Amino acid sequence: MTLKHTRRTFMAAVAALGVAAAASLPGNAQAADEPIKIGTFLSVTGPASFLGDPELKTLQMYVDKINAEGGVNGQPLELVHYDTGGDPNKAVTFVKRLIAQDEVDAIVGGSTSGESLAVMPLMERFEVPFISFAGSKKIVDPVQAWTFKTPHTDTMACEKIFEDMKKRGFTQIAMISGTGGFGQSMQAECQGVAPDYGIEILADETYGPKDTDMTAQLTSIKNTPGVQAVLNPGFGQGPAIVTKNYRQLQIDAPLYQSHGVASKKFIELAGDAAEGVRLPAAALLVAEQLSDDDPQKPVVTGYKAAYEEKHGEGSVSTFGGHAYDGLMLIVDAMKTAGSSEPQAVRDALENTKGYMGTAGEVNFSENDHLGLTPDAFRMLEIRNGDWVLVDDTTG
Amino acid sequence: MLGEFIQYLFSGLTSGAIYALVGLGFALIYNASHVINFAQGEFVMLGGMGTVFLAAAGVPLPLAVVVAIIGTACVGFALEKLAVEQTKNASVVTLIIITIGASIVLRGAAQVLFDKQFHTLPAFSGDEPINVLGATITSQTLWVLGITALIVVVLQWFFNRTLLGKAILATSVNPLAAKLVGINVSFVLLLSFGMSAALGAIAGVLITPITSTNFEVGIMLGLKGFSAAILGGLGNPFGAVIGGLILGIVEAFGAGYISSEYKDAMAFIIILLALFFMPSGLFGKKGTERV
Repeated sequence: MTLKHTRRTFMAAVAALGVAAAASLPGNAQAADEPIKIGTFLSVTGPASFLGDPELKTLQMYVDKINAEGGVNGQPLELVHYDTGGDPNKAVTFVKRLIAQDEVDAIVGGSTSGESLAVMPLMERFEVPFISFAGSKKIVDPVQAWTFKTPHTDTMACEKIFEDMKKRGFTQIAMISGTGGFGQSMQAECQGVAPDYGIEILADETYGPKDTDMTAQLTSIKNTPGVQAVLNPGFGQGPAIVTKNYRQLQIDAPLYQSHGVASKKFIELAGDAAEGVRLPAAALLVAEQLSDDDPQKPVVTGYKAAYEEKHGEGSVSTFGGHAYDGLMLIVDAMKTAGSSEPQAVRDALENTKGYMGTAGEVNFSENDHLGLTPDAFRMLEIRNGDWVLVDDTTG
Repeated sequence: MLGEFIQYLFSGLTSGAIYALVGLGFALIYNASHVINFAQGEFVMLGGMGTVFLAAAGVPLPLAVVVAIIGTACVGFALEKLAVEQTKNASVVTLIIITIGASIVLRGAAQVLFDKQFHTLPAFSGDEPINVLGATITSQTLWVLGITALIVVVLQWFFNRTLLGKAILATSVNPLAAKLVGINVSFVLLLSFGMSAALGAIAGVLITPITSTNFEVGIMLGLKGFSAAILGGLGNPFGAVIGGLILGIVEAFGAGYISSEYKDAMAFIIILLALFFMPSGLFGKKGTERV
């Protein structure tokens, strides 16, 4: 590959220059002229715009902030962004452009799993450090040398929920899952890990993501003897309808929702029916409720305050938080490596230990490019139309 | 066992009433122009979203409902005036394609004008479910069923007893002959688009407390409403309602007794069977021309 070759040569030259500069004149002005280029490709428009929009806003906000504070290793950051509209094909095109034309030093982004998975082979081939903001477990399993990710996986949500069920003594449950991508993936993950927690799934129902009524499925769950709790993996308005139907049928077993509906919108849509529903969510959602000795509290309250100051009260979302974590991880790695040379940054990234982000404490290793544990999720219960932290794992 | 059966029936009635109400709008435009208006689902969306956003802007809810319905009717007028009428003597197929385009435009406009979030409205008479023989039904479903029935009665009266209604039917049978006997054909078309838009908006307001709404909700509702209308026999308001209810009940019993995985498949099999053996639908007029 000539492209790879020239790029390598170019990078080596830059690195050599940087080393020479650092050796002779620390904080040399010559290096400061050359910005560190961070490439990003996000679904700012299109169906996944609720992901890409806060992600881009977060990146822009923090790149400006870092530059105002003197940049990284004395060099300013430059953000190069392309909008994919949620299309994996466009993501591939834009990533090629980021690598070949813009010659970025590292890439963060990929709002959806489809986009992230599509571009991963490019990252491996051209050896560019890449941090994905997408949910799928497949991004980091099996581990690829140059790819990392910040959000929790569906499996961890299942584990968190089952942990809570076990604590409350529930071993026989029912599931009602949406047939959209998110619901299907989480349904499969939960079925996979249920035996590890001694949990038996007695009834397994599904509904279409745009269905208007789920009482039929819930009636068969209600009539299944022995069901102690019900879990509803799903996204969008489906879980809100399930919750309303659940109360309509007066089912007594506790209802668990997934992190897919961890937003104020869910409470608004489900109304009074949401009372008592439990779900796993990132700490960002309950920033103010965390105990003061919680090491994650300053991170999440800081990010929330900064974002809401710029974009309005209540605008913060966990998705923007994933972008914050991704940018900070790459910046930290560049600082540790003392350069933006790809190999050094990748190695530093892989050795990241104890980074406290909005998603939880990140400990990367050779075999783990996600670095989070199920404890990064907090179990919340909806009471009086608001989130209440029901188990504070650290406090 | 009985409780379970009744619960499935109620589930079916809830979805079915929604499909029926949307299907009515299809029937109305088809009656006037033989056009299947694929923007009908978007009228439903506009009614719901319009009400939500007017209410959020501080307009009292009943007034917001009325304004949203009138506003949607105006969109219906505009669609007829600006798109359908401009084509002059275009074929029905061309007009149908225009409505598909209109649906995309309306969806995009709603995404920009409103937002991309889901929204809901409070149920008209509270969320407390009603218990019947061990099964439950929400009061909002009864509202949907009641108003659907009312609309069917009014439409039957309108088409069979009023001069304007008969003029619409006459235009549908033969536009040229209708023109010759002094019917203002373009006015009839305009009116039928406005009426069915208003009907869609009413449906949107009624079902939003059950299903919630966002800019895309019209795609699925339009598809199911269309299915209801062809199952019942296009152009027959009573048929659209029966078609919708059958569709909803088949889905609910399928999901309850067989498997929720095949719920949609069973509904579509019913439609296919109906169209194989009764190509003009359950209550459609036989033959190709009305007499």
